[in-house]
Amino acid sequence: MAVPLNRAKAPAPTLPPARGEGAGGRKGLASLAKAAGFRLFNSVALLLAVVVLNFILIHSAPGDPAEVIAGEMGGSTPEIMAEIRARYGLDQPLPKQIFIYVKSVASGDLGYSYFFNQPVSGLILRRVPPTVLLMVFSLTLAALVGVTLGVISSARPNSPLSHLVTAFSLAGYASPVFWTGLILMLIFGRFWPIFPINGMFDVVGGHKGLAYALDVLRHMALPSLTLILLNAAQFSRLARASMLENLSMDYIRTARAKGLSETRVFLGHALRNALMPIVTMAGLQFGPLLAGAVVVETVFGWPGLGRLVFDSILRRDYPVLLGILLISATMVIVANLLTDILYRVIDPRVGVGRGGPAQ
Amino acid sequence: MIRVLTGFWSKVILSALMVLGVSSGLLAVDHTKGTLVLGTEAVLRHFNGAVQSGSATALPSTQIFASPLRFDENWNPQPYLAESWEFSEDGLTLTLKLVQKAIFHDGKPVTSADVAFTIKTIKENHPFQTMLEAVASVDTPDDHTAVIHLSKPHPAILLAMCPGLMPILPKHVYDTGENIKEHPANLKPIGSGPFKLTEFVAGEYFVLEKFDGFFIEGRPLLDKIVVRILPDTNAQILSLENGELDGIPMINDVRAVQRLEKNADLIVTNDGFEGIGAINWLAFNTKKPPLDNVKVRQAIAWAVDRKFIIDKLMLGKVEPSYAPISPGSPLSTTEVEHYDLDLDKANALLDEAGFPKKENGERFALQVDYEPEAEFLQHNVAEYLRSQLKKIGIAVTVRSSADFPAWANRVSNYDFDLTMDTVYNWGDPVIGVGRTYVSTNIRPGIMWSNTQSYANPKVDELLNKAAVEMDPKKRKDLYLEFQKIVVDEVPIFFINVVPYFGVYRKGLENIPTTIWGPLSPLDQVHWAGE
Repeated sequence: MAVPLNRAKAPAPTLPPARGEGAGGRKGLASLAKAAGFRLFNSVALLLAVVVLNFILIHSAPGDPAEVIAGEMGGSTPEIMAEIRARYGLDQPLPKQIFIYVKSVASGDLGYSYFFNQPVSGLILRRVPPTVLLMVFSLTLAALVGVTLGVISSARPNSPLSHLVTAFSLAGYASPVFWTGLILMLIFGRFWPIFPINGMFDVVGGHKGLAYALDVLRHMALPSLTLILLNAAQFSRLARASMLENLSMDYIRTARAKGLSETRVFLGHALRNALMPIVTMAGLQFGPLLAGAVVVETVFGWPGLGRLVFDSILRRDYPVLLGILLISATMVIVANLLTDILYRVIDPRVGVGRGGPAQ
Repeated sequence: MIRVLTGFWSKVILSALMVLGVSSGLLAVDHTKGTLVLGTEAVLRHFNGAVQSGSATALPSTQIFASPLRFDENWNPQPYLAESWEFSEDGLTLTLKLVQKAIFHDGKPVTSADVAFTIKTIKENHPFQTMLEAVASVDTPDDHTAVIHLSKPHPAILLAMCPGLMPILPKHVYDTGENIKEHPANLKPIGSGPFKLTEFVAGEYFVLEKFDGFFIEGRPLLDKIVVRILPDTNAQILSLENGELDGIPMINDVRAVQRLEKNADLIVTNDGFEGIGAINWLAFNTKKPPLDNVKVRQAIAWAVDRKFIIDKLMLGKVEPSYAPISPGSPLSTTEVEHYDLDLDKANALLDEAGFPKKENGERFALQVDYEPEAEFLQHNVAEYLRSQLKKIGIAVTVRSSADFPAWANRVSNYDFDLTMDTVYNWGDPVIGVGRTYVSTNIRPGIMWSNTQSYANPKVDELLNKAAVEMDPKKRKDLYLEFQKIVVDEVPIFFINVVPYFGVYRKGLENIPTTIWGPLSPLDQVHWAGE
């Protein structure tokens, strides 16, 4: 356990609040609940705006799903086109379509996929677990690897190792995610074929139990590595900067003066305080990671939301697309909400109504 | 401190590698044990090929459902559910005798009532309306005889009875009064074909397993076909190379094919795509000046170097196309004007048409569209047209569309000058050719109708005559005349046959090479030695 040091002069470092203080107290809890309620209201309004704006945007593009369906069939007739449009309500005025859609979403019905002839909720729900698995796994590992690299390079900022980490970070950050994916696929799919390059599990093998879990892990190796390379780079840059800032603080000098070991100074004191912005970033990364998942899932055939969104855009499958946008917006809003609440819990200085540093 | 961290990570990495290494060995699957794993980009909506055309549905539909006839490599009909068939002398009645022991996957027998129900369903719902337009009624004198009455002779009806176009549906399953296009059985199909559907995850994969009650004894030879839907071509190819897939039944990326041909473990074939007969072409909006002038269209045809497109842009891996009927068809011809590159003739024609070059060397400007995602077949050609047509004073701009509906919307509503397009013959000109040229099919908003707005009464007459001509020789002559007129009047400049290939792992025997290739039953396909 780190010893609270230099408490009076702690503008930058943040320390865990003592029992009964800050967010841990009754007053803190009440203000936390109030803030959460306010945020919840904002979130619902935001979601409504997301639904309506997306609806208008998607429907503004020329052409409609009837053309996609006719395209898939290699031809059509006016009767078939009219029937498709009537069946899916595409012949109704746009405001009426929006009203019907918002009403059905409010009652929990996300509609029916034009393309698959299946309820959207079923299509989406089946794809949420693979995406969440890939994202949480990748984000966790990216944070661990990134922070480790950042801490290592901050220990000796001018050493070759530190420069190497910097170079890795820049390369990882600068590489487009589809390119990284394809290169990994080429290396581990063709030249050194140790990982599967497609799908989430072996459809032919029919594995069960532990074998299934291992199979999924193998299939997840390349898509997650692609996301890790991108995100670890950002975490390592942030961790390095944050660590260097904290290491120059007075309380670190005091800790060293007390004779604590370097490991303890680094991990117990500097890292603990340097983690604050990293936690914030982890929450904020959820949105970009979801966007990155569209590309990664398409490249690696990962059966998640990202791939479904890509396919649905091409097919103009409005209900599926709107459903996914709604779910992903909800996921991002929830992630940010949780980060914000977590931040208030961790940092007693973040007052109610002022908004977290995440904003 | 660094030692602490690196020590932690080296343990983590070592453990992960051990787990993955062990699991790789444990989980290795031998795909060749009676199982065929195919990859496709085509995402299917459902499995009912009677109401949904296109290769995405036809690939599984032809395995799940049987049809009255099937076809060999030479366009000859072969018995399938119908053991024999006979036209009446006037060509207005076709009698099918069905095999006695065919059953559906649920054990119920296949009867003539199922055939009659299917024909009615297709006639009412299939997008290819001309396919069974001539069918007036179907009589079922007994369980194994279907008598099809036609309002006019219909030589294309035999081809319309192939597996891809006429999957025989079980009446007892589908005749429930529900909208057949949304019928639940479309996703849980019951057919009488060699394989039955056992698993389907929309947009991901489906599994077909051997149907033990299949009416042809000893078939199918495979136990299982797994079709994985992979949206990325590169991923598909790498999966084939590293053994995750055993075949890609339809691929038209010639660069990829060029690479796969060098792989000693794979067989690459371009046989088996004559039936679909896909042609890549440049279409003209013939109602829009200056393209309403036939000389302008001809000038453009003379100015485009088809040989350059084929040899350079398409790496010499595609066949040229000169006329509306695809070269693989017995009704095709090469006895038409080829429009081999002649810039002088092109310039002269434009001068004659009243479009002299202005001071800046330009005559007029045109816009060319192309189908998005068809980078290789269409976008490259569109870009080539920009520089090539500049040589005869036509300033071409290439217009891109965000996605397929955006492009289709423009073309089908005549908001275009020139567009690249790929259109399928679907076996017989009655099904897939006439629609592009017959003037009664100029229908706004309908893609792959006569979007060129081309109208010539002589062409209409020839197409109508050929559609009912039962004598093959006379029919071919009528189509020859039609093709000559169309090529002379250039509502479309034909460029090349779409280069479809099938790529399979060596050791796979009887790979599908009949005219419908992989869109036909794979009941004779098997692994060598199995």
